[in-house]
Amino acid sequence: MVKPTALVVDDNKLNRMIHGKLLDVLGIKNRAVENGEEAIEVHLSGEKFDLILMDRDMPVMNGIEATKKLRAMGIKCMIAGISSHSIGPEKEEFMEAGLDDYHEKPLTVAKLLSLVSKIKN
Amino acid sequence: MLGWGADLLRADMNRLLALLFHQGVLDEQFLQLQQLQDDSSPNFVSEVITIYFHESEKLLRNLRALLMDREFSDYKKMEIHLNQFTGSSSSIGARRVRNVCAAFRAASEQNNLAGCFRALEVLEHEYCYLKNKLHEYFQMEQQRAIAAGVRYPMMQQQQHN
Repeated sequence: MVKPTALVVDDNKLNRMIHGKLLDVLGIKNRAVENGEEAIEVHLSGEKFDLILMDRDMPVMNGIEATKKLRAMGIKCMIAGISSHSIGPEKEEFMEAGLDDYHEKPLTVAKLLSLVSKIKN
Repeated sequence: MLGWGADLLRADMNRLLALLFHQGVLDEQFLQLQQLQDDSSPNFVSEVITIYFHESEKLLRNLRALLMDREFSDYKKMEIHLNQFTGSSSSIGARRVRNVCAAFRAASEQNNLAGCFRALEVLEHEYCYLKNKLHEYFQMEQQRAIAAGVRYPMMQQQQHN
């Protein structure tokens, strides 16, 4: 069985480390980038992922803009927004950019498992 | 004999963690962090916490510098720093620090300068308490590992500038 792959997009080193470790524990091959622009570049280089964990607030290119651009590029994989904002216009705006799912930080094993089960379905 | 010392230290560590949970300083996210530590990354928690300390102190310096500027008006910049602090605090289970960040952000969104100053004082106090307690915890962990005959890296105490 082919293992799913994931891309962590977060400007915070600590979050990249924790999210990466969570993915490792679930046996999901993963890599991390620091902002939306790097996420775009990784896809332009030909890499593909089953899951993208997208932070909202990042320098250079934020998660909203990156999600819109990835969808415009034809990227159809699951993109899950991971942000400090739980409700309100910030979440709405992020969802409307093209997210499949949204979770408030912190990311937990349970939240990640729900995302992984959606990929498999 | 060495094993007995390690057991006593483990009991002290558990008591300290229980206290921090009872006080609301830490939440279950810290336990999840511990559960991520395994043989492939035996120092994962201490490495994460070290990064958290380093980044938090940078953010606190930035926040104080912003507020001390007589011509300060860039609340958006302050909210960027606070989002970072909120995110990393919630990721390690630093519940009280995260809650103070939320209150700070509320004051910032209202352009309430006095409220921001008050929130910064509380945030610095809460962070200091958390850092001291986590240092105490990891020092006990180092002593426990030595007592149990395990090699453990020294956690470097961050110095305030």
